[in-house]
Amino acid sequence: MDVRFTTAGDTAFNVEFGEGIDRPTNARVMALHARLKAAAPPGLVETVPTFRSLQVVYDPAVTSRHEVQAAVEAELAHAGDAPADGTLWRLPVCYDAELGPDLAELSASLGLSAERLIDLHGSTEYFVYMLGFMPGFAYMGDLPADLEKPRRSEPRVRVPAGSVATAGRLTTVYPWESPGGWHLIGRCPVPLYDGARPSPVLLAAGDRVRFEAVDRDRFDALSREAAAGRFDPDTLRAEP
Amino acid sequence: MSAPSPAPCLTIVRPGLFATIQDLGRFGHQELGMPVAGALDPIALRLANALVGNPEGTAGVEIALLGPALKVEADGVRIAVVGPMALSLEREGQSPQPLEPHRSHTLAPGDVLKLGAVSGAAVAYLAVAGGFALEPFLGSLSTYVRAGIGPLGGKPLGDGARLPLNRNDAPPGTDVELPEPPDYGGGPVRVVLGPQEDRFTAEALETFLSASYRVGKDADRMGLRLDGPTLAHTGSADIPSDGLVTGSIQVPGNGQPILLLNDHQTAGGYAKIATVISADLPRVGRLSPGGALSFRAVTVEEAEAIRRRQEQTIAAWVRAIRPVRPAGGVDLDALYAENLVSGVVDIVNGNGDILNREEMCGRAP
Repeated sequence: MDVRFTTAGDTAFNVEFGEGIDRPTNARVMALHARLKAAAPPGLVETVPTFRSLQVVYDPAVTSRHEVQAAVEAELAHAGDAPADGTLWRLPVCYDAELGPDLAELSASLGLSAERLIDLHGSTEYFVYMLGFMPGFAYMGDLPADLEKPRRSEPRVRVPAGSVATAGRLTTVYPWESPGGWHLIGRCPVPLYDGARPSPVLLAAGDRVRFEAVDRDRFDALSREAAAGRFDPDTLRAEP
Repeated sequence: MSAPSPAPCLTIVRPGLFATIQDLGRFGHQELGMPVAGALDPIALRLANALVGNPEGTAGVEIALLGPALKVEADGVRIAVVGPMALSLEREGQSPQPLEPHRSHTLAPGDVLKLGAVSGAAVAYLAVAGGFALEPFLGSLSTYVRAGIGPLGGKPLGDGARLPLNRNDAPPGTDVELPEPPDYGGGPVRVVLGPQEDRFTAEALETFLSASYRVGKDADRMGLRLDGPTLAHTGSADIPSDGLVTGSIQVPGNGQPILLLNDHQTAGGYAKIATVISADLPRVGRLSPGGALSFRAVTVEEAEAIRRRQEQTIAAWVRAIRPVRPAGGVDLDALYAENLVSGVVDIVNGNGDILNREEMCGRAP
């Protein structure tokens, strides 16, 4: 259970719980994140959970590394338990060849049929390890081992918003149009980021996600609803 | 002719090249992947706010390269510019008149404030007394252009954009000035090594702390690509993505360091050799392509002490703000007025106490 502190200048440090991307390591990150949020020691600006470490951001004009690290160590002594699971979301995805332009190439290179790839991707419950890259970009895992493939050697300059994609043992939904190097296998018709919502980002670190295949007609209908602002994202919450 | 709008505002009548609304950053939402953004040179923004009597973190306009021209559509407004930018005033019926930065100016209805070229630093700031009547997003008015987040569509200020004002008039009191432009100091940029200094060879660390780097042409609010000696990793450049801060110096596989600025992503997967200390972030935020820099390592404790001293210096600069002295030394109209009222100033013989009298007035409320 050793913990390593690394230094990010005089405004932040990282509490590292391991080297890999795995649930037990990430659970410790999230447990400390939750405890520090509740404890709110003076001068703490925020904590940022990532795969295997928690970044602790503080205001050096108000406090010091020494004081904040002492507060973190006090919480670490009690932060063994993982926090409760986050929300389970059911995200619609259309695995259409036009909306998932890498479906054919990816499935061929994995030695699978496209149907099998879609079946494997859609039958797994994913865990949101962290957000980053862009507001609302969720790094979700773990992808079934049969679908593991490193990111594309040539990233795309323009990945459409809503693209459902994989890289390594991770999957995501691009919340924005952006550059990207992941394999595009489908598209989600509902926005994962909406600045008009009180909480603009749908998925939070610690949440879980299941993908639900929809056909092109349903995809188009949901896209129209979302574009008209008539789509209620709360309907994506799975029943407890 | 449409009727004038009753809501006081500054209207952009000629856009600049890259002007955005910024405050001291949108902290507290990085766990959503939301970048902090905010002023590249927070010292300049804080001082501009001090000159117009605002709280130091009030949002202002950050101007890069070339500023916009703004028309005053209010009964009056007090503004201040801090940073190396040319500015001038066009007032109806008068010839254009250059204005000095590092002081406040009280503008009249219909005035056009023309902000010109920013030279000698990447950015300069415009603050308005009372601030802008804009709705914060997640607690901040900072603009993150890449995702269109922030006030007025999260975009650079375009032609015709209206910046609504909280005040319809200038606050009472006279215009004030900083005695000197702020001195950011020189010498190597100070860094704390890490968080992944152990991912680099001993030669790379030595090179990083002894070589001279130059800001490459890829330089924007996200970061500065640095041209100079490459830095070798002991193994892979890739790490499981972890948190980034403004000032993180990440080194991808090609060995060329990138100094991340305010619009950096919240997390990244390249090893970071060092982090610029908070007291030196305004200096690196002012760098433009071609600018030279080198690095010197300090401890966290030293960085914190440097920052505390810097805060004391900034507080002293704010305390030194004083009523504007007339250009060329003596403002005869003002002196006559003083003399008629109080009789204490001896114009004929001159009076060394004039300076002290002005200092006694203190700065405007």
